[in-house]
Order: sequence, then C-alpha cells, then structure tokens
Amino acid sequence: MSVSATSGASETSESPSNIPEGVTELQDAVIRFAGNSQDGIQTIGGFLARLAGRSAREVMTYMTIPSTISGGASIFQVHLGSGEVLSAGDESDFLFAFYQDSYNNHISSLKEGGICIYDSDHVEEIQKIPGIVHVAIPITSTTVEAIGGSSRDRGKNIFVLGLVTQLFSLNRDKLITLVEKQFGRKSEDVLRNAMLAFDAGYAYPIGDLLGREFDLKEGAAKGEDKVTTDGNTAMTMGLLAGGVRYGSGYPITPWSTIMEQLRSELPKYGGLFVQAEDELSAVSMALGFAYSGHTSVTGSSGPGLSLKMEALSYATMAELPIVVINVQRGGPSTGLPTSVEQSDLMQAIYGSHGDSPRIVIAPKNVEDCFYVGVEACQLAREYSCPVLVLTDQALATRIEAFSQPDLEKIVVEPVLDQDARGEDFKPYPIDGLTKHAPPGTEMEGGKYPVVTGLEHDEWGHPSGNPDVHAKMNARRRDKVKAFGETLSLPEVYGDESGEVLIVGWGSTWGPIRESVNRLRDAGRKVGTFHLRHINPMPNGLETIFEKFDHVVVVEMNDEGLYGNGQLATLLRSRYCDPKIVSVCKTDGLTYKVREIIERIDGVIA
Amino acid sequence: MSAPAETKKLTKKDLTADHPTWCPGCGDFAVLAAFFKVLEKLQFPHEKICTIAGIGCSSRFPYFVNGHGVHFIHGRALPLATGVSLSRPDLHVFAFGGDGDGYSIGGNHLDHAARKNVNLTYVVMDNFVYGLTKKQTSPTSPTGFKSKTDPTGAIDQPINPMKKLVYGGASFVARTHATQVKHMMSVFERAIQHPGFSVVEVLSECVVFYPGIFDDGNPRKGGEFDIIDEKVGDGSPEDEGRHDVTDGNAAYELASLQYPGKFGVFYQNERPTKNQLEQQWIDSTKEKVGDASTADLLSARFASMK
Ligand SMILES: Cc1ncc(C[n+]2csc(CCOP(=O)(O)OP(=O)(O)O)c2C)c(N)n1
Ligand code: SF4
Ligand SMILES: [Mg+2]
Repeated sequence: MSVSATSGASETSESPSNIPEGVTELQDAVIRFAGNSQDGIQTIGGFLARLAGRSAREVMTYMTIPSTISGGASIFQVHLGSGEVLSAGDESDFLFAFYQDSYNNHISSLKEGGICIYDSDHVEEIQKIPGIVHVAIPITSTTVEAIGGSSRDRGKNIFVLGLVTQLFSLNRDKLITLVEKQFGRKSEDVLRNAMLAFDAGYAYPIGDLLGREFDLKEGAAKGEDKVTTDGNTAMTMGLLAGGVRYGSGYPITPWSTIMEQLRSELPKYGGLFVQAEDELSAVSMALGFAYSGHTSVTGSSGPGLSLKMEALSYATMAELPIVVINVQRGGPSTGLPTSVEQSDLMQAIYGSHGDSPRIVIAPKNVEDCFYVGVEACQLAREYSCPVLVLTDQALATRIEAFSQPDLEKIVVEPVLDQDARGEDFKPYPIDGLTKHAPPGTEMEGGKYPVVTGLEHDEWGHPSGNPDVHAKMNARRRDKVKAFGETLSLPEVYGDESGEVLIVGWGSTWGPIRESVNRLRDAGRKVGTFHLRHINPMPNGLETIFEKFDHVVVVEMNDEGLYGNGQLATLLRSRYCDPKIVSVCKTDGLTYKVREIIERIDGVIA
Repeated sequence: MSAPAETKKLTKKDLTADHPTWCPGCGDFAVLAAFFKVLEKLQFPHEKICTIAGIGCSSRFPYFVNGHGVHFIHGRALPLATGVSLSRPDLHVFAFGGDGDGYSIGGNHLDHAARKNVNLTYVVMDNFVYGLTKKQTSPTSPTGFKSKTDPTGAIDQPINPMKKLVYGGASFVARTHATQVKHMMSVFERAIQHPGFSVVEVLSECVVFYPGIFDDGNPRKGGEFDIIDEKVGDGSPEDEGRHDVTDGNAAYELASLQYPGKFGVFYQNERPTKNQLEQQWIDSTKEKVGDASTADLLSARFASMK
C-alpha cells in the first residue's frame, strides 16, 4: 500500500500512539481474502474489481481455486490502485482471514505494517507479530444475527464487503447498485438478505476498533465505466467480434468457461458451439465447420491439446483455417489442473507430426485476450492455417478492468464465400495463398475439389512426387514466414539499451513490467519487450539484444535439460546468442515482482 | 456452359472423377457404382453433394466422386461430417469408410453421431480386414481369421456392427452386400431419404486379403442372400410375422442371427435430428435478441460487465 501518511506499528507493539489517527489516503492497496471457496470470497473480489472499473481505478486480481468442487481453501486477492496496476501484488496490505487455517497460511503474506482482520468466531489463536495489526471481528455470528436465524452463515462475504466499503471509504451507492444488479436477478429474498448483510458490515464500527479509516482514492481520469472481467470472458468476446460463428470443444479446466460461454452466446449470432464426445471429435468437428466456410474455433488445455495434434497437422496440410485456444495449466499429464504454467509453448509450435508450421500467438493480459481473439480469427482466414492461442490459467481466471473496445471498428461480419470458381481454380496455388471453395460452391470447370491430407499438387491431387512434397512443404512454411515479415519489432519498455533486457511472453507481462520499474527506480538500466507473436517471431530482435549486456527470458516453465526455458531455447536456436539466459519456475504460481528481480540478479551474476 | 443449369441432368459421367485405385475385383467398385446410380436418380444439385472419409482403401472414396469432398484422418470422418451437416443444411452429406476406420479407431464417434442423430448418411464398406495396411485383424474379423497380427488366428470376439448401431441409437440401420447392386441401391436410396443419421453396412469383399469371405451371402457363389421380409401394414395374417422396422428389439434379434444373417433395413425410426434441435435453439434465441447487430450484442454483454 502506498500511503500519504506513514503506516503505523501494531497494537501488539509497545506504543499504540504510533498509529496515525483519522483518515489515511491510499494510492493503492492489496487486499487478500482467505477462506473457503464456498464462502463466496470470489464474489467479494468480483464486486471490488467491478467497482474499480466504475471508479477509474486500475485493478488486478488473483485467485487460487481448489481443484475439488466441494470447496476447500481458496483465496482472492485484489490489487486496487489509482495509478498503473501491473500485478496482483506480491504481498498484501490487508488480510481478511475467515478460518484458523486461512489465518495460519496467509498471515505471512502481510507486509510490514499490514492489517489482519479475522473472524473471531473461527480464528482462536493469533500470532504476535511485530508490525502487524490484528482486528478481531465476529464475522460469522454478526452475519447470522443480521440476516436472521435460518440463513446460517451464508452472506458472510457480503458482510465483509460492507466492512470493506466502510473501511476504505468506497463509493457505497455504486456498490449497492452492483449488489442489486447481481442479487436482484435471483429473488427478492436473496437480495434482501444480501442488503441486510451488507448494511451490517457497513455499520460495524471497524474504524473505531482500528483507530483509523482509509480513503482509497478514485482515479483522476473521468469518463466511461470500464469493462471488468476475466481473461476467458475477454477471449470469448474477442472470438465473437473476430467472426467466429461455429466451434466445438470438450470440457477441461481452465478452458471450459470459454466453451460454456460460446455455447450460450453463439445462437444469438445465428451460430453454434457443439460439445463433442472427445477432443479428437471436437477438433475434427471444428475442421468440418472450417471446411464448410466458417470461421471456426476449438480449444482445450494441455492434455486436450495433445489429443488434437493429429488433426492440427492435417489442418496445416489441407490448409484449413482454424483457431485453437489453449489455456495452459500445470503439466505434464493431469498435473496441476488449477495452477498456471507456460509449458505448452513447444507443443503449440512443434507438437504435431511432420513439418507442420502454424501460427502461435499469446495475450499479455486480460484486455489483450480480446484483441488476440480477434487477431487469431483474422490470421486463420488470411493464411488458411491453424492459429494457436496460448493463454493460461492465471489470465483465464483473473479479473482486470479495461476500456470497452471500439466495436464498430473491430467487429467482423462473417461471409460464407460461395462465389462460383472459374476453370483455373487451384486450391493450393504455388504462388499464392489458399482460399478454399467451400462445399456448395459451383465449379465452372466442372471439376470439384477434394480437400486432402495426402501430399498433393496445386489442384489438390494426391502426389507422391518428391519434388512436389519439397515444394509444398516450402509453400506451407513460407506463408507463415511471410506473415512474420509483416510484424514490426516489439516495443522496448524502459531503457532502450543498458544492462539487462528482460524478454517475456504471455501473462508474465505485468510482473515483468513492474520489475523493470522497480529496477530502474533503483538506478539500474533495464528494458523489456514482450512477444505476442511467437511463431513466427518478428524479424530483427537481434538489433535489440545487441544493446544490452544481458538478455534474460522470464517464463513459467522448466529450464529443461540444457538450462533454458522454452522461449529461451527458441531464441537461442534462432539467434545463436549465448547471452540469452533463462529465469524459469514451475511452482504453479504467477511470478512475484521480487522473485523476478532476485532471480535475474542470480543468473547474470 | 451450353445448357442452362436447371435443365442439365446430373449424370454418372459428371460424377466420375479419377479412376479408382482399388485392386481389380475389390467390392468397393460396386459400392461406388451403386452410389452414382442413386445420385443420378435423386438429381441433387451437383455442388451440394459432399463426400467425406477417413483413411483406408474404402476411405479413398471421395477422390473417385467428382463432388466437393474431404479425405480426412483415420477414424474421424464422422465428427468432421457432423460439422459440415450442422452448419450447412443446404448440403447432402455422405461419409464413407471401412470397418477399421468406423468400428475401431472411430468407434466412439459412431456411437455419438448415432446418439445425436446427425443428419447425414454413412456407408461402411466392411471387409472384415484392414486392407490398406495389408491384412491385420479388424474389429469385425471372425475369430480364427489368420492375419499378420494374429498368425495363429484371431482370438478376440468380433464386434457386431448391427447391434452396435441399433443400440447406439442410429435412426436408420441397414445391411447389404456389394454383389447385390440392386438391393444396395434401394437401401442407399432409403438411407439418403431418411431424415437423420442413416447407416448402411455393406459387406464388401477384399479380394486380396480376405477372398471369398462373403460367398455365403452371394447366391452366385452358392450362398443365400436372405432379404428381410418387412411389414407392409396390410393387416393380413402373414404381415403379423413380418419385420417391423420401427421395433428396436426386433432389429436387435435380426442382428443376433448367425452369419451370414439377413439383409435389408433392420431399423428405421424418425426422431428429431440434432440439426433440428440445435436450429430450434438458435431460432428461439434469435427471436429473443431481435435483429440486434453483432456490435449491439457485444455491447450489451460488455455493459453487463461494467
Ligand atoms: C492414426 C492412424 N493410425 C493408423 C493408420 C494406419 N491405417 C491406415 S488405414 C488403416 C486400417 C484400414 O482398415 P479399414 O478401415 O477397414 O479400411 P480398408 O482398407 O479395409 O477399406 C490403418 C490402421 C493411420 N493412417 N492413422
Ligand atoms: S486391398 Fe482389398 S480392400 Fe484394398 S483395394 Fe485391394 S481389394 Fe480392395
Ligand atoms: Mg476393412
């Protein structure tokens, strides 16, 4: 938390007079809610994030979800700020602990000077930690009392929301509007109970207990309310805006929420998403949609992507346009299904048999999920090949606020191109891009095309001729290469030259940027660029590498047999530059800023 | 083009593409010939015909039909064909393949296409062997069949495709024999006219790796081609004993007969297709949103996230 007054000491320390009285202004705050998933702590976080979107604040959230459905320990962390918020925060300023376990596991996440508010109905033993303020509130019993006997302790989350609203002097009216919007849909009883809980929390004299209140500033920028949502939702919206009308998938965490949303959204657009019996069927059906002339999508997470590989190689060979979303999670195998990792990069680029070039792109934050979704559709149509999008569990589930995209400019209305094809039609022209004639298209020459996975000549006739294979392989490779030539150099953030260049891809964008800020604040000459297009990469990266003493690639995957992460391996193979080194990790957690800084100093030492 | 499209009849000549690469005498030639004859009769617009197959000798079918087509990967013709059928109601979608492609590597897809009742016609050229890969045991090879993977004779009980299909929920299930072209044509025609997922199992001999296997069903080779006596519904006492194609249990009993068994339509029952059910959902959803543009729809959803 950055405050305008100095943060105080703890109530357990010797001199309580150190606690600043009155209202402390905060520029930003990291608030962690620790409890069980069935307590609805995600709901509190969601409301706060959405409020931020309506208050010109930046926000980033982070949550852990147990992989069992019936609940289990879960946290939701919200980082709210009136300046740039790049990460969910390494450590928290405030901790709300619902149970003894949550207290024990998360008390160490508090910064020096942090404040722990705990449910004294459940937390019995607290630790005496110098520099930490403890506030006991009987959250459960107060909620039960407020709502009335029958409700048990449901509503604790909304009670806490009321508490937080008061503690941080948040805009109560805006929050109530949000609460009404969410609970009013359910039933009047639900809404009434929610309001009772909220008011009880809001009226609770937490300021008196703490001896002060906070004012979490609204951002200076006025203007439209922001869209506040998670990465999977943003991706879904991007696909719809990009022209996807058909798709098929098979449920797997964390991809499922994209397919669920497409399933219910697409009919509004006259389209359809089908739940297939397995991953192989899903990709095959999606290719059927693509062959039929539609912009089509399938997706999965790690293990499911592996199952789709044979069909994706076919898509390269037959040159069918298809968008494939892979929401990465911890592997190998079932691995860590609800944790984050970036270990599918090589699989995405090289996972299929044969030489099967395809495009691979990765969004850097929630907002970017939307734009990458749109771009993937455009690229698939233009280059008539598979386009893989690598997002990840952290992006999929975390919430950020961003400006609503300019839809009128972006939206692509799909057209089913069935114009008759002339006698000279070649599905695979040696000197041009494939544009298939979907079924239903009249062929004026009287000859109809068969889309094939056998090597073929320009007309699509199967051919075992060695010369044809070499030429067609080159053709499929060169079109992806040609796309690479259209890409401009990525922008370097921070110093343009100097000591360390940090290279990243995907969801590590925020923490890497914050690391650069902190290192530069400490007087170091550090820059970073982030790769959105990973296969192909833009040309000319060496001109950036040249300007730095060290190039450190930060990724969430294993350092492999030779000490390099997956992107680092690719960069080294392309640039043969031993200066390129790796910072890798596979603990299933997003990078902390401190972690990046310390690890970089370790590898360049 | 000389004649206007409306008056020009679609002929076998128009429909013929490359000369088939099958071995001389392969049963699949007759299947292709029967398919052409039925298309000549039905006169679908040429550009609306779409044939789809996986991998195998039989799965080469699309190359030999001059029509829009896909030669896909082993075992996955049905899911791809499902995508075509669901998103393009204007097309006539056909899937072709072999016993390995359809009952082994693609076996699960068959069950699910059947259960979903996807509107398309699927023809399986069953030769009880893997032809393209040169004589390995197939899921329909009888026990004792000596193949390269079972040199002392197949030991696994073969699957019964007719039982699989009836049990799986295919709404049209028939069986025919590649040497009986007339019968094959009539069954094809009924399958194509059937609204929903229609499957025809064709005993189609691989003259190279399993010669003679279907002689028992071929009168010219001393066998018996025993055609199912279907109910005609005339209320006569004879009709009582005839086969009711809408009776699943009766179909299952037919499927249990000793090889070579009976030929004809085992089962046919109309129920809503996945195509219709999904379209109903699309229509009722579209009705709710009115004529909102794509940007309107997206904006409304973004608004709910603010
Ligand atoms: C994934 C995959 N596995 C195996 C093969 C090899 N393969 C090609 S066709 C075939 C079996 C074909 O048998 P069937 O479907 O009965 O067709 P037939 O040749 O008998 O007509 C096999 C195993 C393949 N092409 N792809
Ligand atoms: S190997 Fe058998 S199935 Fe294949 S083409 Fe020859 S005869 Fe037909
Ligand atoms: Mg076979």
